[in-house]
Amino acid sequence: MCVRIAVLAGLLLVCCAAYLSLGARGDWSFVLAFRGPKLAALLLVGFAVSWATLIFQTITENRILTPNIMGFDALYLLLLAGLVWSLGARTYQDLPAQGVMALNAGLMCGASLLLFLTLMRSSHGDLLRMILTGVTLAVLFRSLTSYVQRVIDPNEYDVVQAASFARFSNIETDLLTLAALFSIGAGTMVWRMRHRLDVLPLGPVLSTSLGESPQRAQWQVLILVSVLVSVSTALVGPVAFFGLLVTSLTYLVIPSPRHGHLLPAAALIASITLVGGQTVLERILNFSTPLSVVIEFTGGLIFLFLLLRSLR
Amino acid sequence: MIDIKNVSHQIAGRPILTDISLHLDKGGLIALVGPNGAGKSTLLSLIARLLPLQSGRISIDDLKIGETTDDILARKLAVLPQDLSVASRLSVRDVVGFGRYPYHKGRPGPDDHDRVAAALNLFNLAEFAERQLETLSGGQRQRAFVAMAYVQDTDYLLLDEPLNNLDIAASRALMAQLRALVRTRRRTVVIVLHDINYAAAYADRIVALKNGQVVVDGAPDRVVNASLLRDVFETEALVSDVEGRPVVLV
Repeated sequence: MCVRIAVLAGLLLVCCAAYLSLGARGDWSFVLAFRGPKLAALLLVGFAVSWATLIFQTITENRILTPNIMGFDALYLLLLAGLVWSLGARTYQDLPAQGVMALNAGLMCGASLLLFLTLMRSSHGDLLRMILTGVTLAVLFRSLTSYVQRVIDPNEYDVVQAASFARFSNIETDLLTLAALFSIGAGTMVWRMRHRLDVLPLGPVLSTSLGESPQRAQWQVLILVSVLVSVSTALVGPVAFFGLLVTSLTYLVIPSPRHGHLLPAAALIASITLVGGQTVLERILNFSTPLSVVIEFTGGLIFLFLLLRSLR
Repeated sequence: MIDIKNVSHQIAGRPILTDISLHLDKGGLIALVGPNGAGKSTLLSLIARLLPLQSGRISIDDLKIGETTDDILARKLAVLPQDLSVASRLSVRDVVGFGRYPYHKGRPGPDDHDRVAAALNLFNLAEFAERQLETLSGGQRQRAFVAMAYVQDTDYLLLDEPLNNLDIAASRALMAQLRALVRTRRRTVVIVLHDINYAAAYADRIVALKNGQVVVDGAPDRVVNASLLRDVFETEALVSDVEGRPVVLV
């Protein structure tokens, strides 16, 4: 497994070098200052989406689910739409972006915790029921966001609409420092949990027998997923199937149950997909197709494939 | 010793267990039997802290369930559920290795590897060690999980209907392995069984439940008789003595 991870790391280095150097003319300090933050943002998004999806699939014991299904990014957009509606587009745009992101992340963590504590208590630890409630809430959040978009004026609509789609070519690089801090904090906690995450797929009875309470790990993971999703959504907008695409490839490339292998591999594969894909689309295809469309299309096909395979 | 005092449990307002009190002494194989819905699995789940205690008290060697941390209990008590399907792709070695998790917390040392290797040999799993669990038969899979519980090295092992889906050869092999655990390692095995003949053949003590209450408790040769079948299972059957053991003729 270590060899495979090293190969992936090598591939990522090649992709990063290509992204920074292909078509670069002029002073390197200018190229680095211009492309460096974008590259860092792509790496952060790859890391955040892949880890959020992987650990979410671990606690749900289901390799088709992603945090988007439970409405994590829908909640983010609803909060954003609510801010634009209540403050107005101009005031919203004058707000410090870092403050908005921190507020959104905090609200998402609070909402996840509330959802988890309320539903887990009333459903006696039935995670499936909690997920189904999350799916229903996601529909509600999206409907409310649509409603808000209908009642606000066109300028405000434009702001909300721009945030509603993934945009890998127009990344919010001014959020990089805060996003990096959030990602490093959440990532450190996930990494420290990696051995506990190995035990959870054994099911609630065996993990309890081995001394790992699944409930405790579940709420911890949901909080970490909230932080990681808020990082990626703030930087590039909501990505529905990217996480699924990455984790499916990870399980294929690294057939190991150990999160110590899966987590680095997932982050590397996600970063290779984003940086490599963006290099090809920006430098070779001259922005003729948005990367988000390619990723969501491929991810959607994989989702259908996994769904049909599980029905057989 | 597992000490159960005045334990009652309800699910959705319906009483499942009513004022159960039991002493399960250390060492020996104890079979919990009874008709469907008698409360056997609920009692096992309460002992295994899989369900929260609603009333009463359960302690294991003076460690109170509900007050003792999972870490400590994981070194005292292992439990194997009815459904042994797992979500991730694991080899037999991985599964057995998880038994050492309460001790190494994900960082196994040479001693842990040695114990896993010994368990793979003891349970005749060495030749399947690198095979994925899903490629094994039900009996082999069951054996892998029992080997996991064995390397967990706990004084108490709880099993919920482990013979479901096993053929006669696999069932006998599993019961013989559990008996060997009791005999050679002085473990206490509490097992929920549906087949009264397996309970009579392998258990040191049979506890029969009906409608959430203990109705019969004693050694197999003393309690397995026509009246047990009539009173507990509401069925008539002959009970014969074969080589000193009661056998229910069905």
